[in-house]
Amino acid sequence: MKSLTELKAIKQKVTEVPDYKIVVGMATCGIAAGANPVFKELKRIADEKKLSNVDIQITGCIGICRLEPIVEVYTAKGERYTYVKVDAEKAQDIIQKHIIEGKPCTDYLICDDGEACIKNIQETKSFKKQIRIALRNCGNINPENIDEYIKNDGYFALGKVLTEMKPAEVIQLLLDSGLRGRGGAGFPTGLKWKFAAAAQNEQKYVCCNADEGDPGAFMDRSVLEGDPHSILEAMAIAGYAIGSDQGFIYVRAEYPVAVKRLNLAIKQAKEYGLLGNNIFGTDFSFDIELRLGAGAFVCGEETALMTSIEGKRGEPRPRPPFPANKGLFGKPTILNNVETFANIPVIINKGADWFNKIGTEKSKGTKVFAVGGKINNTGLIEIPMGMTLREVIYEIGGGIPNGKAFKAAQTGGPSGGCIPAEHLDVAIDYDNLIAIGSMMGSGGLIVMDEDNCMVDIAHFFLGFTVDESCGKCPPCRIGTHRMLEMLEKITAGKGEDKDIEKLERLAYSIKEAALCGLGQTAPNPVLSTLRYFKDEYKAHIYQKTCPAGVCKNLLSYNIDAEKCIGCGLCARNCPANAITGVVKSPYTIDKDKCIKCGVCMEKCKFGAIYKK
Amino acid sequence: MCQNCNLDENQKKLQEVFDKYKDTQGALIPVLHEAQEIYGYLPLSVQEAVADALEIPLSEVYGVVTFYTHFSLYPKGKYKIQICLGTACYVKGANNILEELKKQLGIDVGQSTKDGKFSLDACRCVGACGIAPVMMINDDVYGSLAVSDVADILKKY
Amino acid sequence: MNLLNVTIDGIKVQVPEGTSVLDAAKLANVDIPTLCYLKDINEIGACRMCLVDVGGRALQAACVYPCSEGLKVITNSPKIRDIRKATLELILSHHDRSCLTCIRNQNCELQALADKLNVRDIPFDGAPKGLPIDNISKSIVRDNNKCVLCRRCTSICNNIQTVGAINVMERGYETVVSTTDHRSIADVNCVNCGQCINVCPVGAIYEKDNTQAVWDAIKDPDKYVVIQTAPSVRAGIGEEFGYPIGTPVTGKMVGAIKKMGFDKVFDTDTAADLTIMEEGTELLTRIKTGGKLPLITSCSPGWIKFCEHEFPEFLDNLSTCKSPQQMFGALIKSYYAEKNNIDPSKIFVVAVMPCTAKKFESDREEMFNDVDVSITSRELARMIREAGIDFRSVEEAQFDNPLGEATGAGVIFGATGGVMEAALRTVYYILEGKRINEEALMPIRGTEGIKEATLKVAGMDVNVCAASGLGNARKVLNMVKNGEKNYHFIEIMACPGGCVNGGGQPIVPASIRNKIDIRAERAKALYSEDKRATYRNSDENPFIQKFYKEYAGEPGSHKAHELLHTHYQKREKHLKNK
Ligand SMILES: Cc1cc2nc3c(=O)[nH]c(=O)nc-3n(C[C@H](O)[C@H](O)[C@H](O)COP(=O)(O)O)c2cc1C
Ligand code: SF4
Ligand code: SF4
Ligand code: SF4
Ligand code: SF4
Ligand code: SF4
Ligand code: SF4
Ligand code: SF4
Ligand code: SF4
Ligand code: FES
Ligand code: FES
Ligand code: FES
Repeated sequence: MKSLTELKAIKQKVTEVPDYKIVVGMATCGIAAGANPVFKELKRIADEKKLSNVDIQITGCIGICRLEPIVEVYTAKGERYTYVKVDAEKAQDIIQKHIIEGKPCTDYLICDDGEACIKNIQETKSFKKQIRIALRNCGNINPENIDEYIKNDGYFALGKVLTEMKPAEVIQLLLDSGLRGRGGAGFPTGLKWKFAAAAQNEQKYVCCNADEGDPGAFMDRSVLEGDPHSILEAMAIAGYAIGSDQGFIYVRAEYPVAVKRLNLAIKQAKEYGLLGNNIFGTDFSFDIELRLGAGAFVCGEETALMTSIEGKRGEPRPRPPFPANKGLFGKPTILNNVETFANIPVIINKGADWFNKIGTEKSKGTKVFAVGGKINNTGLIEIPMGMTLREVIYEIGGGIPNGKAFKAAQTGGPSGGCIPAEHLDVAIDYDNLIAIGSMMGSGGLIVMDEDNCMVDIAHFFLGFTVDESCGKCPPCRIGTHRMLEMLEKITAGKGEDKDIEKLERLAYSIKEAALCGLGQTAPNPVLSTLRYFKDEYKAHIYQKTCPAGVCKNLLSYNIDAEKCIGCGLCARNCPANAITGVVKSPYTIDKDKCIKCGVCMEKCKFGAIYKK
Repeated sequence: MCQNCNLDENQKKLQEVFDKYKDTQGALIPVLHEAQEIYGYLPLSVQEAVADALEIPLSEVYGVVTFYTHFSLYPKGKYKIQICLGTACYVKGANNILEELKKQLGIDVGQSTKDGKFSLDACRCVGACGIAPVMMINDDVYGSLAVSDVADILKKY
Repeated sequence: MNLLNVTIDGIKVQVPEGTSVLDAAKLANVDIPTLCYLKDINEIGACRMCLVDVGGRALQAACVYPCSEGLKVITNSPKIRDIRKATLELILSHHDRSCLTCIRNQNCELQALADKLNVRDIPFDGAPKGLPIDNISKSIVRDNNKCVLCRRCTSICNNIQTVGAINVMERGYETVVSTTDHRSIADVNCVNCGQCINVCPVGAIYEKDNTQAVWDAIKDPDKYVVIQTAPSVRAGIGEEFGYPIGTPVTGKMVGAIKKMGFDKVFDTDTAADLTIMEEGTELLTRIKTGGKLPLITSCSPGWIKFCEHEFPEFLDNLSTCKSPQQMFGALIKSYYAEKNNIDPSKIFVVAVMPCTAKKFESDREEMFNDVDVSITSRELARMIREAGIDFRSVEEAQFDNPLGEATGAGVIFGATGGVMEAALRTVYYILEGKRINEEALMPIRGTEGIKEATLKVAGMDVNVCAASGLGNARKVLNMVKNGEKNYHFIEIMACPGGCVNGGGQPIVPASIRNKIDIRAERAKALYSEDKRATYRNSDENPFIQKFYKEYAGEPGSHKAHELLHTHYQKREKHLKNK
């Protein structure tokens, strides 16, 4: 790529518009739900019927996991149809009825809950509330085709920066935009770049944190799978701004699709001269190397990530020295999150003012959340900062399934905290979430309903940190383990008076003493559940009951003699042979034998089995 | 195929990996990834070869291998079961599925069945949270699992 | 240099740029507790005992936090105390707290810390790791149930020694310091140097204790028990009895040993002199006959094993001389036995060494059990205490003769460069017929890790090098291998600074190690003895002269070879049994 003109030529290159373009969501989520056979089937029938006016493409993820696999049909007239939960059979229908006969299969189209189907995703209630910046291309372009990215203004920001701006101007623009890091801590991106730009060194590095370890979060994966070039472009911009010619993307090995598409994207960008030497005919050169993680959550922490790229155990190092001065291989380094990078080309193209009008006073722009757990519309959403949690859960998320009551939402994953119903109206931004004892984190948002036990949830998160602690410093290595043991004791009904005080002291000490962010935030799930759900802890400790009916040691399965018709189904399915009875009269459960697996309750058609 | 020529083939591939990363800074982890691709796991003999190629102590290689859960010291089963214990799956009862799997297979997480057919591992979020709880057996994904599905699924293999 | 103004607990101090808060606090006489930190060896900020408030968001580890202009530090507040204490309680909750029977009882940094932080109760349940004790090695015992994962040992083994026998393994709560595949340390590439022991703050690594075997021999009326003490022991053992570091206590030590019931108390230095005669001759022969050069010293068993594992191509460069410990054993069980009409099978030779590797050496097949038991300086100190001997008030005494006669040359064996210097003193004399001007030898004195000199001897430029610490040895050997350096003679000592800093020497807590260079202090003790010695050259040793005249003929003779020389074998690089 020698000049912007060349890039424009690619953008404007007129390609023949097919009558129909069929696009299949083929991110991991879609593939998991069965998009592969659908894609193959579409191709097969199209070939078989020799349809020449149809272009079948893949795309990234649109974000509505619940409705995957998703197939969209674009017509030459500019219409868009979103088909959901497509399987091979439906795929045949779509080709036959919609493409060949010209009659859209209305039954398969997307709809808002309980309402008549509508044409496409953009008309859904949940979509209308969203603003898509980081996800602008996800689900819209073919991530394996660089031309599609360019057609959507891709690499124009890089071209602009290289040919029209000085490095300091790029940094100023970012400072003005108010963009804060999306990887968790919300550090101002412009400031980070400024520090690294100021460091004097021959060699500097730009790193992209694509380790996305928060369990239940998959925002970055979607961007990498759906729009890999946006990351490459942003990293090159960062390289220019701080004076670096080498980038590293540290990506989880558990994301094979992302890895494949990133590799492809790097190759294409190199072929186009958008990576490599003398980009856009300037003397700026930039290269990117991919490094795979190997299953360690702590490697998302910046110093651990760099240690890991260096080929060592991914153990964090004390800061200072900060990476901006002494990072990867001892050189000045910046590290940004995938979503942070994904915002940058747009900010460059549209300007700082455009961006900083979105969001709240101190948190600008949008945030992507991976919404999961007990919520109807599980999936990926991008909302302007400042939207309330209530809007997210009830309007975008469609509320809680099965008419259950909302109990709490966890943000920030294992580092974060839970937000109870009383704070549903909090406007989501960095500072507000911290104020109520949680944090933005990278964007996992897990909803819990009345059936979830908060002590058990705290135990779950702590179990995660215990597994993922690197083991370097004692507060985290031993402290989190001791906390876990105490929670085990409590959920097992062996809690004692003073355990809550002990937990609190320990939590506080770990937060203060741990070496890195993992340990410093590990106690948060416990502290926040203690803050809002202390009664549940007390119930476990003093009444020896689990109000939500989750902690196995504290509950028993029983048969309601009134409701039981004596069909015997439960007894036949009980793996422990704990149920006995005579046909047609009420059965009973032997509590000594019962292993509390819950199978009987699942099987009983008469709702006669309950736990307490 | 004979065991030995197979071995040589692998050693050749490993040598190619060493050559490829000859000048790479921080090559240990990429090399281990590729070595595990070749052998399916990282036996001591392979770790020794890596230590020699990169001129670092074997104990350092072993320390890195045992740090990262992705690296395995033991061969995995023919069918690798991965049950997701990510948050979304957990709040939807993934631990009950895991218990059932352990019971059905008679092994713990990180182990393989005696006949080498199944190995069981827990993982964190395979990105299919929308259909939680989720498990994978090799490349097949099973979603929206209930405890009672487990036996039937295992029977397929 | 730029000076920074910092305030520690209200006390103003000026420090050079790059100073840590910990060092600044020392200047202000403020004591900050530490556990993992060891100056120049382990600066990783892991243990969190040294947390202080630097006015930032989080507490910071003083040992690695650099001072900046105007920095104000609070090192002690109720909050800091509580957090340090909780951290220590956590460590203790995972520790085998069997102080009474622990090798480090009363000399343990963890124990001292628990006392200092006033820990009187451990509020957390928890148990030690429950891992087996590895005591298969002849030299080293590892007990992970005592390990606090400070990583000083892995740092020294990997970064200073570049052996990498031990490393940090596994992750999280399961993290352990261990060997590849969790093998016994006897089955990996450990060279038994014991440097890990010297830096361990607790009783998690220690020497294999052989004191009982010595007591048993003394008790046995049929045994003729002879003890020899190596040069460095006298420079270190005083520390066990409260003498300042670097106090030579030869007379007291001999006096104390004489009260313990040995039949003879001899000086290993005599054998050191013998080594010089043999090795000097070997050097001359190799130079004259175009033999394999550089000649490399072979008296450090830690180095020998390193060479066998890592540099087998240099095995032929090794001097064939046995180490002084083994020459001594061989001498006692042959010449001495013959002379004194003692059945060699009744002789029990005990060696007191500054060294853990010597235990392994005495057990090597090549050595035919000439030395029955090798104990460390620390073990000797324990035996002295056990025997109820008040070291400080004991009357000074002299080694028994004839093997108690030694020269200053033999004494300086204990310091890096000492063997080289001793050999050169004699070689020069043989070739030039006069004594060397000591000034010429100064470049090979001192604690520097690699020292070089070129000496004019008999019209020839002799290039010599002394390396101590195996990392330095590796550097030197690689340079020789690449042809970058051309030496005639290399001295290699496994331990940084040489045997004075051997793995069997008294353990000096980090608080002192961080302040003074124990290698230099102990070496001073040796050089001062050398200065005072009647004879300062091995060739002057009357016993040695007699030995050759009466028994071995001349250095390098057939008889000398039979008795005093040996060869070593290549070993598996990584693991003993696959
Ligand atoms: C234990 C731990 C795990 C982390 N994991 C991630 C992660 O998976 N992805 C990420 O982008 N940032 C993660 N972070 C935050 C990074 O350390 C770092 O702050 C971030 O990548 C900086 O990028 P940003 O400024 O663009 O947010 C993690 C931090 C900690 C302490
Ligand atoms: S806080 Fe935990 S993860 Fe971080 S360095 Fe300490 S032990 Fe490792
Ligand atoms: S919970 Fe499980 S073990 Fe208990 S009675 Fe029901 S089926 Fe049987
Ligand atoms: S399945 Fe339900 S109705 Fe049937 S025997 Fe069991 S409890 Fe009674
Ligand atoms: S290591 Fe220290 S604290 Fe531990 S048992 Fe031994 S003396 Fe006591
Ligand atoms: S210190 Fe305390 S526990 Fe130890 S021996 Fe003395 S009295 Fe007993
Ligand atoms: S004795 Fe020496 S080589 Fe062996 S583990 Fe200790 S430091 Fe390493
Ligand atoms: S063995 Fe000793 S030196 Fe090594 S990590 Fe454990 S406590 Fe520290
Ligand atoms: S230098 Fe001395 S103390 Fe160290 S291993 Fe060699 S002989 Fe032993
Ligand atoms: S649809 Fe892609 S993340 Fe769910
Ligand atoms: S949490 Fe299980 S797939 Fe995401
Ligand atoms: S962290 Fe400073 S002494 Fe361990």
